[in-house]
Amino acid sequence: MIRSLMKSRETILAGAILLLVIGIAIRFPGFVTPSNLANVFNDTAPLIILALGQMVVILTRCIDLSVAANLALTGMVVAMLNMAMPGLPVPVILVLALVLGALMGLVNGLLVWKLDIPPIVVTLGTMTIYRGIIFVISGGEWINAHEMSDAFKAFPREVVLGLPVLSWIAIAVVLGFIILVGRTPLGRAFFAVGGNPHAAVYTGINVGLTQCAAYVLSGALAGLTGYLWVARYAVAYVDIAGGFELEVVAACVIGGISIAGGIGSVGGALLGALFLGIVKNALPVINISPFWQLAISGSAIIIAVTFNATSSRAKGRVILKKAEHAA
Amino acid sequence: MSLATPDTGAQGRQIPDRLKSPLQRFLVSWELLLLVVAVAVFTLNSFASPYFLDPWNLSDATFNFTEKAMIAFAMGLLIISGEIDLSVASIIALASTAMGFAVQMGADTPVLVMIGLGTGLLCGAFNGFLVTGFGLPSIVVTIGTMSLFRGISYIVLGDKAYTGYPSSFAFFGQGYVWWVISFEFVLFALLAIVFAVILHKTNFGRAVYVVGNNPVGALFSGIRVPRVKFALFLLTGLMSGVAAICLTSRLGATRPSIAFGWELEVVTMVVLGGVNILGGSGSIPGVVIAAFVMGMVTFGFGLLNVPGIVMSIFIGLLLIAVIALPRIAGRVIAHRKA
Amino acid sequence: MVMLANTQGIADTHPQTGDGTGPVLTLSGISKSFPGVKALSEVSLELFPGEVTALVGENGAGKSTIVKILTGIYQPDEGTISINGTPVSFPTAQDAGRAGVTAIHQETVLFDDLSVAENIFIGHAPKTRFGLIDRKEMLRKAQALLERIGARIDPHVTLKDLGIANKHLVAIARALSIDAKIVIMDEPTASLSHKEIEETYELVERLKAEGKAILFISHKFDEIFRIADRYTVFRDGQMVGTGKIEEVSEQELVKLMVGRSVDQVFPKRAPLLGKEVLKVVGYCHPTEFEDIGFTLRAGEILGFYGLVGAGRSEFMQALFGVTKPSKGAIRIDDTIAVIRDPYEAIRHGIVYVPEDRGKQGAIKGLPIFQNVSLPSLKETSHKGFLRLAEEFKLARDYTQRLDLRAAALDQDIGELSGGNQQKVVIAKWLATKPRVIILDEPTKGIDIGSKAAVHEFMAELAAEGLAVIMVSSEIPEILGMSDRVIVMREGRIAAEYEGDDLTPEHLVRAAAGITEVRS
Repeated sequence: MIRSLMKSRETILAGAILLLVIGIAIRFPGFVTPSNLANVFNDTAPLIILALGQMVVILTRCIDLSVAANLALTGMVVAMLNMAMPGLPVPVILVLALVLGALMGLVNGLLVWKLDIPPIVVTLGTMTIYRGIIFVISGGEWINAHEMSDAFKAFPREVVLGLPVLSWIAIAVVLGFIILVGRTPLGRAFFAVGGNPHAAVYTGINVGLTQCAAYVLSGALAGLTGYLWVARYAVAYVDIAGGFELEVVAACVIGGISIAGGIGSVGGALLGALFLGIVKNALPVINISPFWQLAISGSAIIIAVTFNATSSRAKGRVILKKAEHAA
Repeated sequence: MSLATPDTGAQGRQIPDRLKSPLQRFLVSWELLLLVVAVAVFTLNSFASPYFLDPWNLSDATFNFTEKAMIAFAMGLLIISGEIDLSVASIIALASTAMGFAVQMGADTPVLVMIGLGTGLLCGAFNGFLVTGFGLPSIVVTIGTMSLFRGISYIVLGDKAYTGYPSSFAFFGQGYVWWVISFEFVLFALLAIVFAVILHKTNFGRAVYVVGNNPVGALFSGIRVPRVKFALFLLTGLMSGVAAICLTSRLGATRPSIAFGWELEVVTMVVLGGVNILGGSGSIPGVVIAAFVMGMVTFGFGLLNVPGIVMSIFIGLLLIAVIALPRIAGRVIAHRKA
Repeated sequence: MVMLANTQGIADTHPQTGDGTGPVLTLSGISKSFPGVKALSEVSLELFPGEVTALVGENGAGKSTIVKILTGIYQPDEGTISINGTPVSFPTAQDAGRAGVTAIHQETVLFDDLSVAENIFIGHAPKTRFGLIDRKEMLRKAQALLERIGARIDPHVTLKDLGIANKHLVAIARALSIDAKIVIMDEPTASLSHKEIEETYELVERLKAEGKAILFISHKFDEIFRIADRYTVFRDGQMVGTGKIEEVSEQELVKLMVGRSVDQVFPKRAPLLGKEVLKVVGYCHPTEFEDIGFTLRAGEILGFYGLVGAGRSEFMQALFGVTKPSKGAIRIDDTIAVIRDPYEAIRHGIVYVPEDRGKQGAIKGLPIFQNVSLPSLKETSHKGFLRLAEEFKLARDYTQRLDLRAAALDQDIGELSGGNQQKVVIAKWLATKPRVIILDEPTKGIDIGSKAAVHEFMAELAAEGLAVIMVSSEIPEILGMSDRVIVMREGRIAAEYEGDDLTPEHLVRAAAGITEVRS
């Protein structure tokens, strides 16, 4: 019973999303046209990418609240680079964004691994530091569309096979994560470290190193998204994606990724992000003020975490043979 | 290895109460170090700007920390007990919104105060219920309620603001009790004493330490751990309500973005004050001194025209450094010994 | 199939004659200390290819420590490990695996949320030529391994959906997934049913035939005599005997294990039993224990004996209000007591000195005097305000009675040795003036001196009219201290002995269920 329930957590969420979409479609058929759905997906792409990075961090019993600040800082750096050197090709910028993001993730990871500082403290701290650095390097100025090169701005919006590159990148990241999480020793180590750190030691897995790797991954994806975000909206300033880290954590929690570590799936994180993306895009359509969004994601976090907690099993040693066979 | 089992026979029978006098303990304490830092910052500030030592300027400087410190006292207890509340700034927003709404309904100051405190208590009870009732991790719960509480403010207010608070309401954030001594500062001082007494002089305060050091051991010693934690969430909510009253009164207006990002500063203040982020140790005097240090640093930066966001870099660095440095020092010492 | 081919290779290089060949693994002079305890002192051990060596000893004798040293979890303070005569060291678990040592651990070190196949292969999964985990191959190999050990488990399922016995089989499969020369089995049959135990024995025979050297840790004498070729006995962190199993009798082994109870002198008692203080009727728990009932009189020491995992601690914690029983009632003196949490248990005069001193007993980080006064704060305080002088007085009185060794009463309890921590925990409960005190493994992992002090004090308490329940897995302690002994097995009361029936043989047999298995 419990087993099938747990197995189908993604199914429940997918069902909820489907109901939501159908509900909206009944009154506003325009919402479910393929082109609009593609738009919704494209809008949600950054959230999907970051949620997957956050997922591996949470799997290892950590949390990364610095992703949005990392995104904004990387975005500002590449925008300024583009302004200074408009000829820099996009692939170079992509690599730079990934590396810069990964470095910021590494700072988090090293502080958690080597100094054993609680993840929440580390990332609360780096979150404000990264934001502050944006102000320092930009002097608080905005970088606007006309200051960016066309190639820089066009990349994420370029339409390939009917979808913008941004969407394709999100799809690629999802596919990459399916392989990483399911088919590589590192991916499985994320689960092992979070599920039972004690046993991970018995299997020769280095717990701190694995956590650090998760932070680097999350940071690299935040960096990548930083470029895509700045290019797509063609603007960079100190406060872009402010508070987005909460939405990312919300997507993970809604997607059934256990904050206690060790439990979660790529599908869950994807669905969690899609749920929030659909809600966000549907609010204006169904005539609800966008100001509702914050409260909705807050409620979704609380409901999801409560649901996850009550559906998880009670621990305890089963001594009676009878009870074990009955279970 | 340690002082344990001296194995010197009969000598071990009479165990002295204390190994070190309270004074000796104070001399190697975090609080003393902080005090030195506070004096240094004060001195530096007075050299950096001729305006700093003006009594009215100093009085203004206290507003930088009094409201945050009120929450930090309760948050300090909560963190010592091993939990955390990241929703405090959002509770301020919701309480302030509730008061603003009541003003539109024609409520007067006493009612506003009740509403501010009541909203804080309700929010704290909600957090406490989720954490102790379902056994949920407080970090996630309060990240959720952080969005929810402020989200409700946004739903109610959108991009508008509540103004028109009665003139008698202004006293809490703008009134002076005597000369340059503001009402807020007096309240801060009183609350500091109350919380110091609660934490250091009562059975409840002892329970807070026990729960934070070893929640399982606390349960096995007959402490009703959920009740203690629930009370602390309630207290933190209440203090957020108090801060909401002071802040709203001082600003004279409510916007949904009020006190945005304060949770970080409150947590930093608590950690800087020597409270172990993992729970179990810390003191109210430490938090009080930390509040002064942060307030004066902020004020000093302000006098030097350093923008607020740069100060946040400093706060972020401080938060990490305060935890990292003792650990690095500990390792160096352990390394030398080995 | 691949696995079998590999192991065959090992068997070829090490002729499986058993006799005559040298040991494959030699430990000599191994010592290991932890703060406050010396877990092993100059222990030696030899394992031979194609032979099963039984390692026996009471809880706390150092068996688990030696397993952890052999698998790279702990590093020895002194001594050498050599494999085929070459000295080796195992800085991590993977190094031990590479050197050919594998273990089935007593505590399941598995991952609840991973599949069975992954649990078997995590850390050394088969890979495709792209470096990815080869799931098909992994499932196939897992299936083959599980079949080899006779387990009917689907390698696809998530581990948490398996029962405890099947989890154990997965742990066995995991151990065998490493191409090992040396297999350590730490109580492999402790949680298995009769049929599963038989299957485990067959497996051991097969491993023997493959030429593997097996270290078999067990409390059950019948299985030791059935499958072991050699024995080694540990007691209090020392190796006290070793030899061929056919040259030793069950009685001799028990004697070696418990040390003929000459090392410890127990206080002489002339129990003066008072009136009935506690009566427990039909206490049940859905998964942990069933139908526990007994009475206890003032001045009596009632021992609870059983193997680890027999449900003794679980029952005691229910009695103390930590967990809720599903059925059952308690009567204290003449009134029915309803106990929903430890707070209520304490108010009814029942106190509990837990086995897990570090987690449940001592509040580390707090000074000694605050630990002592904790459950008595109502008495030492005034209207909710602390009175330190009263706390110090209380702490002084009770720690002096227990002969505590500490530098000062404001010293952190975490700085004390295990034995002294235990004295503080006992002092804390005595200060509440209880009616019934439950001591769960009160002398586990503490030094001899403190042990004697605790025993003496227990006798004193009983003499003063306190009703004492003592859970212990140490036979000399149980025999030396108890007026009456209840033996628990698999969550139920298996037997009750007093007077002349209180013999080590009776206890060991009842706890292991020997009569049942042999019949």
